[in-house]
Amino acid sequence: MSGVVEVVEAGLGNCIQDAGRPGYRSIGVPLSGAADRILLACANRLLGNDPDQAAIEVSLVGPRLAAVSGIVRVALSGKLSARVSRANGNFADLPSWQTATLFPGDIVAIGAAKGPAYVAISGGFRVPRQLGSCSTYARAGIGGVARRALALGDSIACGEVAGDPWLECRGRAPFDHAAGPIRVIPGPQDDYFDSAAFDLLYGSDFTVSRDADRMGMRLHGPALVHRTDKGADIVSDGVVPGAIQVPVNGQPIVLLADAQTVGGYPKIATVIAADLPRLAHLDPGTGLRFAAVSVAEAREAWRAQRQALAAWCQGIVCFRPPGVIDETALSSENLISGMIDAQALRRAPDIDPPREK
Amino acid sequence: MLATSSMYPEPRLLMLGDTAVTVEFGAAIAPDIHARVLGFVCALEQAKRRGEFDGIVEWVPTFRSVTAYFDASVEDPLVEGDKLLALARRAQPRSQAGRRWRIPVCFEAGFAPDLESLARAKSLTPQVLVELMTASSFHVYMLGFVPGFPYLGGLPEACNAPRLATPRRAVPARSQAVAGGMCAVYPWDSPGGWHLLGRTPVRLFDVANPDSPALLRAGDDVQWQAIDGNTYTQLDRLAESGRLDRASLLVGEESTS
Repeated sequence: MSGVVEVVEAGLGNCIQDAGRPGYRSIGVPLSGAADRILLACANRLLGNDPDQAAIEVSLVGPRLAAVSGIVRVALSGKLSARVSRANGNFADLPSWQTATLFPGDIVAIGAAKGPAYVAISGGFRVPRQLGSCSTYARAGIGGVARRALALGDSIACGEVAGDPWLECRGRAPFDHAAGPIRVIPGPQDDYFDSAAFDLLYGSDFTVSRDADRMGMRLHGPALVHRTDKGADIVSDGVVPGAIQVPVNGQPIVLLADAQTVGGYPKIATVIAADLPRLAHLDPGTGLRFAAVSVAEAREAWRAQRQALAAWCQGIVCFRPPGVIDETALSSENLISGMIDAQALRRAPDIDPPREK
Repeated sequence: MLATSSMYPEPRLLMLGDTAVTVEFGAAIAPDIHARVLGFVCALEQAKRRGEFDGIVEWVPTFRSVTAYFDASVEDPLVEGDKLLALARRAQPRSQAGRRWRIPVCFEAGFAPDLESLARAKSLTPQVLVELMTASSFHVYMLGFVPGFPYLGGLPEACNAPRLATPRRAVPARSQAVAGGMCAVYPWDSPGGWHLLGRTPVRLFDVANPDSPALLRAGDDVQWQAIDGNTYTQLDRLAESGRLDRASLLVGEESTS
């Protein structure tokens, strides 16, 4: 049966995101969507959801959600944790990369996150789609719950909990993004810069400034000087999340998920699709470096990332949480403790991890 | 800014990462370059209807280029880009592609914080400035900045001014504004550095209208119609309740619908 959760503490800047809102950029509506689509997929796959289903993106302090009716299963991904308080007064920590099932009166308190992290729900949050997406774009009041970030008292309908409500799932390990420099493809306005500017771009340390949000982040580093015959203004053209704009002061601005659709600064290079999720994890003060790759290498990196995600999903295991007695498993595995070995349960014929769709 | 056209002899293909490309026809804001943009968009729409370019999710026409966005799983964006470039070379320019709108604007003092100062700077009376604005035909070059924000060319030089030295923190929604050779209407309350000459009761963006949330699109033409404060209030009430019919703002649309 489907459930309802209520926001009993809003936290800070928590918003509903899915795969974003393609199809409306020609009228100025940003793509939006999860800052880290890979972690969104992890949280959803723990629940057997489609990978892009709407979830709560937590960047600072997560919300407290109370299950008010029905059964609600949550899953976490990314660097955050939570605590589940049961209606009967019991409580337990919920680590990331794991699910927990809530019954009426239970509360899950999501803690502080490092970088974007996700709280998904079995069947997805039933938030009305606007222009084809549930993603929150608060600047123009589009999507999300009531067209804004979560607020105290919001009541959100949830999807169905399919199957056994006493069976939880977890990943074998956190999903880790590849390390190394942020990979870029030069251009589209590479002709506005000479080789000295590119040497600085690829050879210097940049630092994320405090001026960073879902729209973009300003970096501090050596000034990337425009060619004197070209200047620092272009007649505005199309941009994309990942585009690295260079305004007149030479300090780059990297556009992110809520990027505007057009821009008037020359773009020296553009971050490849596979490295967009990593960008979102760079907090103010963090250092980063850039490296150039070819379009073919960028596509190969994207395919490798999808394979890593698929492999991570293959590793999802299901288990009976402590305190839940599974009699079939007890008899077949001859265990007498309430603590059940997850691997033993995984071999039980009635317990399958969610299948890749 | 609106000086002589500098159209390229051949359109250029620019990589915008590994999931988008920009097809660029020139480096200026000029009617002939924009006609190539509109012609290419039209050819691309037709090709999509024939089932070609199915890896392209959407495209954004600008003053002088079209950016095409691929599905994230695109195998080889360079191959797709070359096909787009070939189409861009073949596509005929299109100058009168759009619809014509007559949009009411109230230029009275409460709605026009910069009308007097701009008129003074141009040695005109506010009345003459309004007459110039309403006598001109404006052309929608593109939408961007925020959802539904139209960049309109065709601003008479007598009404032009550089952006405000200090942008306003808050521009009221539906303000009509000019700067840098362009005219626009702010669809939302937002910060802004343009000169505010009036306000329209018409909603330029309606999120509840998924087929056509933005009133205007690139290629449309717009004429402003001066209205008094009472008419503004009436139309604003209609628009607020969703009863201001968009079709009533169209002028001589050639289609029969």
